[in-house]
Amino acid sequence: MNCRECTDFLMDYLNGELPPAQQRVFEGHLELCQTCLTFLESYRKTQKLGELVSEEAHEPLPDALVRAILAARQVKAD
Amino acid sequence: MREVDAPNVWYGSDVSERDTTDAADSEAALVARLRAGDDAAYAELVRTQGGRMFAVARRLLRSDDDAADAVQEAFVSAFRAIASFEGGARLSTWLHRIVVNAALMKLRTRARRPEVSIEELLPRFFEDGHHVDEPAEWRDPAPLSALERQETRTLVREQIDRLPADYRTVLMLRDIEGLDTKETAEVLGVTPNAAKIRLHRARLALRTLLDPFMRSRGTV
Repeated sequence: MNCRECTDFLMDYLNGELPPAQQRVFEGHLELCQTCLTFLESYRKTQKLGELVSEEAHEPLPDALVRAILAARQVKAD
Repeated sequence: MREVDAPNVWYGSDVSERDTTDAADSEAALVARLRAGDDAAYAELVRTQGGRMFAVARRLLRSDDDAADAVQEAFVSAFRAIASFEGGARLSTWLHRIVVNAALMKLRTRARRPEVSIEELLPRFFEDGHHVDEPAEWRDPAPLSALERQETRTLVREQIDRLPADYRTVLMLRDIEGLDTKETAEVLGVTPNAAKIRLHRARLALRTLLDPFMRSRGTV
């Protein structure tokens, strides 16, 4: 396995979706290749950082929009 | 609390199961009221779920006006479909999927901005398969103060916005909105394998964009 192939399989590896034989080859490459190990860590952190965005606080819907939505329901119902 | 004749499928005795049962009962009661056309129930639904749905639409659309339209369209669709809502799913999850679909519909009708090619953001390799660019160690993003979290969130958000639209969307759906591969593929109209490949490329591209900020002193 070379670095390009290792990069192709990163996501499957982190998801635990590589078949056992392929996983052994992948981990064998990581043991020998500090570059790919460093790359994998930054890829993992990228995913973690993405999760931060989902923590964005949300505020209540503005009253005007609540009223518009409920009015739209009445229109549909009529 | 108002008594409603709703099916109760949980009979556990410990506290957490009782809490779950209470929440499920309360949701079943709300659904029953919605199906009965109770105006107050509709107002309750919009007020309790609307803020979260608006945040989802705004994350995908990056525009308050478009997000407001998407949320309104989503609620109208949900009101129409409430009879088909199956109790097996959480009401909030069901509404989340509806607003994601409404936002994506809106995205498709919007004119696309000029965008960078994904190829320019992917890692480069020599012919023998070795990395061209030596990756640097990143700092650990985990132990952040509230302020640092906010700053980092803004930074990540800005870099996600620089991704080409197809890649930004798949990353938003999987990593931020929490849809699984199958659901993501369905809403995007692609195969699960295509969704996986697109997501992987999106994460690789986002890694490239975050790299200058994460490898040295900066916002984080």
